[in-house]
Amino acid sequence: MLRCGVVTTYRRSHLRTLEDEAVHVMRELAAERERPCLLFSGGKDSIVLLRLAERAFRPARFPFPLLHVDTGHNFPETLEYRDRRVAELGERLLVASVQDSIDRGRVTEETGPRASRNRLQTTTLLDAIEEHQFDAAIGGARRDEERARAKERIFSHRDEFGQWDPKNQRPELWALYNGRVRRGEHLRVFPLSNWTELDVWEYIRLEEIPLPSIYFAHERDVFERDGMLYAANPFVKLLANEKIKTETVRFRTIGDMTCTGAVASGARTLDDVIAEVAAARITERGATRADDRFTEASMEDRKREGYF
Amino acid sequence: MSAGLVEGSELLRFSTAGSVDDGKSTLIGRLLYDTKTAFEDQLQHVEDVSRRRGDERVNLALLTDGLRAEREQGITIDVAYRYFATKRRKFIIADTPGHIQYTRNMVTGASTAQLAIILVDARQGILEQSRRHAYISSLLRIPHLVFAVNKMDLVGWDEAVFRKIEDEFRDFAARLDVQDIAFIPISALTGANVVTRSADMPWYHGPTLLYHLETVHITSDRNLIDVRFPVQWVIRPQSDDHHDYRGYAGQVAGGVLRAGDEVVVLPSGLTTKIAKLEEGGRAIDAAYPPMSVTVHLADDVDVSRGDMLCRPNNQPTVGQDLDAMVCWMSDKPLAARGRYALKHTTRWTRAIITELVYRLDINTGHRDEQVDKLELNALGRIRLRTTTPVIYDAYRRNRTTGSFILVDEATNATVAAGMLLGEQP
Ligand SMILES: Nc1nc2c(ncn2[C@@H]2O[C@H](COP(=O)(O)OP(=O)(O)O)[C@@H](O)[C@H]2O)c(=O)[nH]1
Repeated sequence: MLRCGVVTTYRRSHLRTLEDEAVHVMRELAAERERPCLLFSGGKDSIVLLRLAERAFRPARFPFPLLHVDTGHNFPETLEYRDRRVAELGERLLVASVQDSIDRGRVTEETGPRASRNRLQTTTLLDAIEEHQFDAAIGGARRDEERARAKERIFSHRDEFGQWDPKNQRPELWALYNGRVRRGEHLRVFPLSNWTELDVWEYIRLEEIPLPSIYFAHERDVFERDGMLYAANPFVKLLANEKIKTETVRFRTIGDMTCTGAVASGARTLDDVIAEVAAARITERGATRADDRFTEASMEDRKREGYF
Repeated sequence: MSAGLVEGSELLRFSTAGSVDDGKSTLIGRLLYDTKTAFEDQLQHVEDVSRRRGDERVNLALLTDGLRAEREQGITIDVAYRYFATKRRKFIIADTPGHIQYTRNMVTGASTAQLAIILVDARQGILEQSRRHAYISSLLRIPHLVFAVNKMDLVGWDEAVFRKIEDEFRDFAARLDVQDIAFIPISALTGANVVTRSADMPWYHGPTLLYHLETVHITSDRNLIDVRFPVQWVIRPQSDDHHDYRGYAGQVAGGVLRAGDEVVVLPSGLTTKIAKLEEGGRAIDAAYPPMSVTVHLADDVDVSRGDMLCRPNNQPTVGQDLDAMVCWMSDKPLAARGRYALKHTTRWTRAIITELVYRLDINTGHRDEQVDKLELNALGRIRLRTTTPVIYDAYRRNRTTGSFILVDEATNATVAAGMLLGEQP
């Protein structure tokens, strides 16, 4: 079709197509559920979720609060970013604390040099969902991250115990999402299901979204364990043969300091990072998450219990 | 600059179907591997598992295996989604199981696909299953079909074998409603004609499978003619700054919307003009599928979620008596007089099945009119009556405004996928 001398083909780029889908998903959830929340971790995927929520609902406020499940082992940069971003957006942030769950005897702290609060988050999250009577939680998980996720629905049902039943998922057809739940049940909704790690990075560049500094190369005290680099931090005891050294690193994912590995990298800008991600030969979880390495099916097991 | 995609590259969603052992998993593994999408840790994992299972060589098929129960049984049951990209396009694969007992999963994968790859084992030729896959693809109106005739290495790369399969299928396919069909001889195992051309088949002059995926023309698959905008969400900021702001948010389901266009709001029938189109807070000239945008109207008319904006001279059907093909997806069969919740575009209503017209045998195309129910995985034609009007087009005209789901009101399970046949005679 010819308009103003320009050929208009009504093309839509893959990033904008993914965005269209994600915005549609968020609006659909907001319309179908009374009490949703958005899980905000301070990581890049949930940072992208915030931008998508802006695109879906601005100039109005988001029709849901943000919920951060705080392990108490965050990188300080993450918390600083979180508070700044929430203030800029003028949205409501709720914090559910794993430390509280421990203090109240809901969960028991793991001990030993490999202790992590990763698994404990599930209880804290499910308790928060119950306390606030949320009937849906928007998460930033992507299907390319992990094998169990590859089959999960965009609108994913959780029973009254917060559990996922991978064998009994609702069929999901076209863009006709079934947002119905019974009392006490809830939905997990994943607008980024069809995004890859590279898509997320390219979208961050396209939309010029600021990120926490630790995603970019910086000098840091680290130690090596099981072939991965971890940030030196007050929550982990070093094993006998482990030594602190200073390296130039960045993080590909941001989670609990105790189990999020760094990669040696000189990528100080977004373009550098994207070039590195595009050339990467190891998945981000494989490279940097101790929590996913335990067993072949560990993510599937945790998801069944109610994990993110 | 990055080695990634340029912003302008498009997205192609395709599904894959094949009978067990036709080589579907190997093919997908091959695509991921040869486009360098398979990561080292995944490969390592696959090597470990192959070794543990006593496989002779590394089994690329394992790259695509999902959940544990399925891994244990060694078959793909649910739809699994895979991603890869080349310089030209980004791809989403809906990997669906082939067996008849998983017809509903195939239908699910097909519902969003723009292209379907149907795997055929060159030694076996066309089986009932391949026909069924082709039939489902045409029923779900996937615009592009590719028959990948696999395991050519096992038939000595013989052109005659390929041509025979092609001829036989073309006959069958002529009766299907598919715009574009391609036949490509491949070997998923050796990689011949998957990503790189094979010297073993000099008689084949067509594109490799990947090149076909990268270049197949998809722009005109969307309906850019009939303006359809199902209102999804009304944006009304409760703040003084935006006191008079009222935006109708949604995803364009058809046609091209422009500021200044006259529109009619259905079902009310009120007409007004588009005052402004917005995307992420910026004004835009035109909105078309699949854009998620916000529409501002010139007049203060009453519009809410579930309404549809379209052009006054090109309106969809508004009706309560619907004629549809359905795929049944629940263990509890569909029965005449059954009542369900129905979701169509952004609108929920309730429906009663008024008539079960026939059950379709998807292997033979035979219509069985002596039926009183549709069981799990069955396809059939039904009539239903809804409690409130549905604003729709025939599925063959628009896959978004022509589709619906049925939901069991007791369990909230999605029990059927429906495709509307258009206005009743
Ligand atoms: N010789 C040969 N064997 C193949 C080819 N493609 C797949 N296979 C083998 O066929 C068997 C079934 O393949 P698989 O990908 O698991 O089939 P699926 O059940 O369709 O996913 C495996 O042993 C593969 O190695 C091919 O092109 N040539």
